[in-house]
Amino acid sequence: MSDSAAIVDRAHADHKAHPTWKQYKWVALWLTVITAVEVWVYYTPFRESPLFAPTLLAMSAAKFAIVVMFYMHLKYDHWVFRRLFVGSLVAAMGILMALLFLFSKLKIG
Amino acid sequence: MASSAAPAPAFAAAPAATGQSGLWSWLTTVDHKRIGMLYLWTSLAFLFVGGTEAFILRLQLAHPNGQVVSAEVYNQLFTMHGTTMIFLVVMPLSAAFFNFLIPLQIGARDVAFPRLNAFSYWVYLFGGIFITLPVFFNVAPDAGWFGYAPLTTNQFSPGIHIDFWVLGLQILGVSSLAAAVNFITTIIHMRAPGMSMARMPMFTWMSFVVQFMLVLAFPAITIALFFLQFDRFFGTQFYELAAGADPLLWQHLFWIFGHPEVYILVLPTFGLVSEITPTFSEKPLFGYNVMVFSGILIGFLGFGVWAHHMFAVGMGATADTIFGIGTMLIGIPTGIKIFNWIATMWGGNLRFTVAMKFAIAFVALFLIGGVSGVMHASPPTDLQQTDTYFIVAHFHYVLFGGSVMGIMGGIYHYFPKMTGRFLSEKLGNWHFWMFFIGMNLTFFPMHFSGMLGMPRRVYTYDAGQGWDTFNLISTIGVVFQGIGLFVFAYNFLKSWKGEKNAPGDPWSAGTLEWSIPSPPPEYNFAQLPIVTSRYPLWDIKHPERTAELRHSDPDTAVVAEAHGVPMLEQTETRTAKALGIPMPFPTIKPLFAALFMVMLFASLIFLHTASLQVAVVSMIGTTLLFIGAVYSWLTSPLE
Amino acid sequence: MATAAIAESSAAPHGEHTHYTTTGLENRKIAMWTLIGSECMIFASLISTYLVYKGRSKVGPWPHDWGCKTSAIVGKTAAAVQAAGCAAADVMKPVLDIPITSQSTFVLLMSSLAMVLALEGVENHGKPGYDRWYKGSRFWLAMTALMGAAFLGYQAYEFTSFVHEGLTIRTNLFGSSFFTLTGFHGTHVAVGVLWLVSLLAIDMKRGLKGATDVLLVDIAALYWHFVDVVWIAIFTLIYLIQ
Repeated sequence: MSDSAAIVDRAHADHKAHPTWKQYKWVALWLTVITAVEVWVYYTPFRESPLFAPTLLAMSAAKFAIVVMFYMHLKYDHWVFRRLFVGSLVAAMGILMALLFLFSKLKIG
Repeated sequence: MASSAAPAPAFAAAPAATGQSGLWSWLTTVDHKRIGMLYLWTSLAFLFVGGTEAFILRLQLAHPNGQVVSAEVYNQLFTMHGTTMIFLVVMPLSAAFFNFLIPLQIGARDVAFPRLNAFSYWVYLFGGIFITLPVFFNVAPDAGWFGYAPLTTNQFSPGIHIDFWVLGLQILGVSSLAAAVNFITTIIHMRAPGMSMARMPMFTWMSFVVQFMLVLAFPAITIALFFLQFDRFFGTQFYELAAGADPLLWQHLFWIFGHPEVYILVLPTFGLVSEITPTFSEKPLFGYNVMVFSGILIGFLGFGVWAHHMFAVGMGATADTIFGIGTMLIGIPTGIKIFNWIATMWGGNLRFTVAMKFAIAFVALFLIGGVSGVMHASPPTDLQQTDTYFIVAHFHYVLFGGSVMGIMGGIYHYFPKMTGRFLSEKLGNWHFWMFFIGMNLTFFPMHFSGMLGMPRRVYTYDAGQGWDTFNLISTIGVVFQGIGLFVFAYNFLKSWKGEKNAPGDPWSAGTLEWSIPSPPPEYNFAQLPIVTSRYPLWDIKHPERTAELRHSDPDTAVVAEAHGVPMLEQTETRTAKALGIPMPFPTIKPLFAALFMVMLFASLIFLHTASLQVAVVSMIGTTLLFIGAVYSWLTSPLE
Repeated sequence: MATAAIAESSAAPHGEHTHYTTTGLENRKIAMWTLIGSECMIFASLISTYLVYKGRSKVGPWPHDWGCKTSAIVGKTAAAVQAAGCAAADVMKPVLDIPITSQSTFVLLMSSLAMVLALEGVENHGKPGYDRWYKGSRFWLAMTALMGAAFLGYQAYEFTSFVHEGLTIRTNLFGSSFFTLTGFHGTHVAVGVLWLVSLLAIDMKRGLKGATDVLLVDIAALYWHFVDVVWIAIFTLIYLIQ
């Protein structure tokens, strides 16, 4: 950070405006649609496919990201919050993956 | 810059605000400096407990077939020695410095959440008492400081020994977590104007890294402990091998916490030594940016190497290789730090105060511990050394030679700032040499006894295995350490009551905390300082020392002067009220919240000692009390 | 810019009633995000344990498969279990109830929408158009708390029916890790409901308005959404993926 950056930071603190009902209703709609697709897929033959788990994980990750970015305002808020959360999340995911490998639940290749 | 080489101001005692003395003021304090002092006193008291435990252990091992204590008592003693030293001594000693120093070093008037800070301390105190009391009733935890499950399940550890350990650690975790959230917020948010991240003193930087490690590492042990708690109290099967449980689950979760914990114990000391060395070398810290970066790298890598504690369980070649390489990589940033401390001293105008001696000893001793650590980073070598006294030697060089020696240096360095009084340098020299000789006498021979095959955690051994002499030397070393500890205690108590003759800047140091009176007034800074470089005080008093450092933009400096701001050496002695600085009210509520929370955890013990009804009633009662205390705390105004 | 900022921060260091801050952010918000980071690790540890222990239980009931009370037979259908030699009376059905859990998941997702609307209500307190009951914070705080309570109701129903089917926290590794994980999450929801009800009480008493109250609700909202996000992960990893 440059010399005066810490001081100037203060002026930048007021973050971009939060979304309103206009966006929120779309966010809610998307979340509902993805959840519905998740549950629907569970009852189709696709459930036996090797792509089933990755697909569900991708949909779940999308919901996760939508809530965090819009409902929790991370997309609009100060970068400090983004770093705090993303850093911790990466650490948590790393530990989770490492444990799954160590207990042979996941295998390389 | 404003003025040059102003003489140290005539010292005037900081004003005693209302209720600044007496027991009640200590119970209700929310001042980070006084909470720091509480941490200091409490952890030094626990140092004597842990030290006594170690002394008895060494008496038992002085000769083959020792008869001082029984095997059962020995198990309790080594478990409690480890638990006490890690959770009740070194971590809170660091916390004492976090509390006292972080706000002063960044130019803040307090931490972000003063009452949460008090809460952290009281949880630590009550938790410490909770886990220590059973020692006196022969029911102390007895399964090692890492409490490996399934050894710690009801089946293999019946009785209430382990209950105290599980619940006690859970309680102490709350304390650390609350404190960590507090300090992260403080450091991100409460730095004085001009105190950019790139100017933060190294102690604050290393503390910053440590707080993140606490926040991210403690959850793993919290969950592992919850599983164990549920297994012991509610009959779950997390560690029940017959039900298909994996005996490595605990080990992994524990060491995901346990390895970062090692750096949690030592990084604050890295910070302290990085404050002491430049001061007594009279030149800025060498390679500041690299020091910061390697600190962050150590913190980062510290999360990816936990399984090197588990090479002996047979994780397979891939895992062993990855964790072995990762561990060796940590040697690089650590080595960089060692070289930078040496380069800081190189060509400096060295002053060998007691603090400086401890700091230099830290560099040397920590290096020895680090090198033996790189040795067992290699899995084949580790298989030879694991569970032997070689490992005991290694981690005592790191934790005693490293953490404790460095923290002692920090105490000698900061005692004048904390109390306005000096510790005796003469007694301090005795303390230093007793510790230095004693610790090497104790722990160096353990390398040999370990290499000759002496296992850890045995309560006695037979003669004729080549271990006798080494063990006797180790025990003699402890006597030296004990003498050193008593010299220190005498010095500390005597100086505490001694003459208040310490000026604001007794060591001619460069960072913000030395720009205010000793001890600092309750509001710390009458005027928030404008920071112009990494060593703002040297900018005024010794510009030649900081000539090569990067300074503020001319613009900033001009503005600062126009407002008459760089009044860095503050001699203000008026009260906060007279200055119009809002201070948080003292309050007893955090103490009660902490007390009820500890009682809530302790209620679980009734499940094993009384009846289900008693336990449930007690838990519901304490939960309601806790919620009540928290509500009452949150609804009362801060200041 | 820098000049102005310094002037603002240092011109009146005496007697100013707002404390200087480096970033101009709110202490409590930074603390909440830090805490959420820590909670990520809490739930990562819990979820890893569940996944590591998946399929390691020695006895049923199982999450997705049919089982047998008297032996270790496992099968994809009731018929398969019976064909393997399990008496019809001893057949255990898979315990996870996807339709019910889909409903509770939906309720929790919608509670997040109610939460953002509650925050919007506080932020716009007193502005034209926000005086109608369905735009105000009271209604939406109450809705959020209500949906949280409904989620807890679903969970209570789920837990009771599992116990009736023979799965308790002591039965097998699945029971231990499932009840602990979802119980932890449920406890978080319960704390959240208590928090929201407290906010609602303040709102009824004196009305939530102004920057301080926005912060108060904002922090509760962060917590609430995080609890929601954790459930999104749990729903997929535990309920849907086999």
